[in-house]
Amino acid sequence: MKLIKKKKRSAGTYSSSSMSDIVFMLLFFFMVTTTMREEEINVNIKLPEATEIAKLERKDLTCYINVGTPIAPLQGKFGTDTRMQLNDKFSTVNDIRDFVAAKREQLSEADRAQLTVAFKIDEQTRMGIVTDVKQELRRCQALRISYLATLPQK
Amino acid sequence: MAKRSTPELNASSMADIAFLLLTFFLLTTTMDQNIGMPRRLPPILEEEQEKPPEINKRNIMQVHVNSMDALMVNGKPMEVIFLKDEVKTFLLNPNNDTDKPEKEVKNIELVGAIPVSKGVVSLQTDRGTSYSMYMAVQNEIMRAYSELRDEFAVSQFQLPYARLSEDRQEAVRGVYPLNISEAEPREAKKGKR
Repeated sequence: MKLIKKKKRSAGTYSSSSMSDIVFMLLFFFMVTTTMREEEINVNIKLPEATEIAKLERKDLTCYINVGTPIAPLQGKFGTDTRMQLNDKFSTVNDIRDFVAAKREQLSEADRAQLTVAFKIDEQTRMGIVTDVKQELRRCQALRISYLATLPQK
Repeated sequence: MAKRSTPELNASSMADIAFLLLTFFLLTTTMDQNIGMPRRLPPILEEEQEKPPEINKRNIMQVHVNSMDALMVNGKPMEVIFLKDEVKTFLLNPNNDTDKPEKEVKNIELVGAIPVSKGVVSLQTDRGTSYSMYMAVQNEIMRAYSELRDEFAVSQFQLPYARLSEDRQEAVRGVYPLNISEAEPREAKKGKR
């Protein structure tokens, strides 16, 4: 009886210092993988559905062109017509040249040919503006594009 | 004597701080994967550059989408769901019809001499076509190509296209090259931009 009593008493604290190690490990994982959203999207975008799609490989080689109607708080100022957003502001097709040039500038010499322009375009958009964007990209020699889409819900 | 009573650092609050940071990063992290349909735009034609050679009419499949999102293939209206099989028979041309594309025997590595279709799918949209319709049409055309590639990959290498090695995938791509030409869109007569 005495023996059991002694054992019970000694089962006291456990060291929780290793818990912080584990948590820190997780923390570093998320810190490394996290990517802060660089731009705030000011247009409504519902991507079209498609099945024949591939993952965009290198995020650092991608620049985004957003096309859609302005979000509700901005509709008073910018109207409800389809607009294009580059970086953080509404732009026109003529701004694409500078946009692509600025993105190219950031990349190393070897990566410049790999630059991909990703189209984030709302499915309600008319093809006219899409074609204008594509024509401008051809003039800028930015020929690798990707139409972003979502997988259809089953 | 004083040495014996070395104060122990209470590390339990460290975990709290780390948890706090962890939840912050957990919430802000975005694991969104961007998936999309990769394409290559054709380089722009310079003025002095000579125009690309004319393609024989039988080798072209005309796909038109008008501003009302209606589809027309080779002058006949069609529903989107039938487009995939139409593209497949166009590219395969199983009976060697004279109104379907010609085939040219090419020597492809890992496969050998094989007839390759010269067919080109020409997609023309209107300025008023909706983007969702455009993507649906593109998707159907791509599906036709990937099904053809899959069928060929299974018959040749006993594996679907996606599971082949890099050089074998290239061989399959050589047998069914992606020939989609996008004509400049017609100006909209009706409908808003």
